[in-house]
Amino acid sequence: MQNDALKLVVIGGSWGGIQASLGVLKDLPVNYSIPVVLVLHRLRNQEGSLQELLDKKLPLKVVEVGDKEPVLPGHVYLAPANYHVLLEKDHTFSLDDSELENYSRPSIDVTFTSAADVYGKNTVGILLSGASRDGSSGLKYIFEKEGLVVAQDPAEAEVATMPQAAIATIPGCRVMNVARIQEFLLALHEH
Amino acid sequence: MRPEQEELFEQEVEALIQDILTQYGYDFSGYARASVYRRIKRFLGQKHLPSMEALRERLFADSFFFENFLQEVTVNVTEMFRDPTFFLSLRQNVLPILSTYPYIKIWDAGCSTGEELFSLAILLEEEGLLSRTKIYATDINQKVLRQAKEGIFPAANMAAYTSAYYAAGGKREFSSYYTSNYGSVKFNAQLVKNVVFYPHNLATDTSFNEFHLVVCRNVLIYFNRQLQERVFHLFDESLVSLGYLALGKKETLAMSGISSNYNAVDKSNRIYRKLN
Repeated sequence: MQNDALKLVVIGGSWGGIQASLGVLKDLPVNYSIPVVLVLHRLRNQEGSLQELLDKKLPLKVVEVGDKEPVLPGHVYLAPANYHVLLEKDHTFSLDDSELENYSRPSIDVTFTSAADVYGKNTVGILLSGASRDGSSGLKYIFEKEGLVVAQDPAEAEVATMPQAAIATIPGCRVMNVARIQEFLLALHEH
Repeated sequence: MRPEQEELFEQEVEALIQDILTQYGYDFSGYARASVYRRIKRFLGQKHLPSMEALRERLFADSFFFENFLQEVTVNVTEMFRDPTFFLSLRQNVLPILSTYPYIKIWDAGCSTGEELFSLAILLEEEGLLSRTKIYATDINQKVLRQAKEGIFPAANMAAYTSAYYAAGGKREFSSYYTSNYGSVKFNAQLVKNVVFYPHNLATDTSFNEFHLVVCRNVLIYFNRQLQERVFHLFDESLVSLGYLALGKKETLAMSGISSNYNAVDKSNRIYRKLN
């Protein structure tokens, strides 16, 4: 049996992504079996209030990614401002302050790609609302590794650019609204 | 890459790391792999190299090409007054204590292209300490050290640096520190008059002096836990009693073996002080 702790949910969002990710994660139980990594574009050099906000609103424990810390179930790991988040083979995080990707650091593409290299077909990639093209090539990479990929329904997204880019890039991309994405994540937990 | 291709790539990287050590003496074995893989893939793309084999051939035939590889694979992205609150805290919490010493020695470890070094020098100048401070600026890479010595940075970055400088408690006109020319600016060479530049490899080299302050920001994130631990001990050996250690915003002493001998002076800005 596949150990759920060795699966990973990676979620990316930009403009409108905070609200959408709250919607996606709000009913996941405190013992949700798959670790969740959340990459949201935010202002550079902004301090950590987003983590507090999310932690207050979600049953799951929300923490900022710490360098070389283990990836554990029951947590939502938020990418810190001004760092890319990478995954290591031993299921720990590494932080990275290299060049911006798609004008962004953290970049969704960077984390999606790195997650797929480690978790392969056990990667679940979800791309939410955003006015950016970041995330679609990383989501495609997860898809090529036979992971599960989902884009938020552009009709519902606050800004459709980001999910639309993913849908255009990946023929097999699932499209769901926030409520469906949440059900989908809950279904993964129950297995 | 397919999973089996990815596995092959990773094996080739391990072999390359061994051969770089043998041929050039640089030890990457303690580098965190996720970043190494990513940087090498990026380098292959930039140089239009079709395979790891093609990379190997170039690297071991051409030491200039290797120097270029070294610069790209080790991350050299940096900025002036990065995290202004860190520099403000240094100014308010650390420099007043350092000013009680007749002579101050600082190690800027992993100084890269010099943006952090010049930021430190400006801070010291404004607190009246620069003339009695010696800064040792080191990096693994000689090419970036040459750039750091020049103090020439793109003019396009100056707007951001200027606001970061004021957020860090800057006391003068930022533009008084540099002259502009052809899309770049050159910082006043007086700022680095007392700076010694030389190559030092945190992965393999030893302690070489005693310092009142060691600044090493966003370097340790590229190392695995064991190498991080080595470097923490290296810094510990290199600090005087009551000396200060400054790390990057997301780097912590908490997990290391030396932490019991350190106090956090400013926890959120990762400034620590050695007890004895």
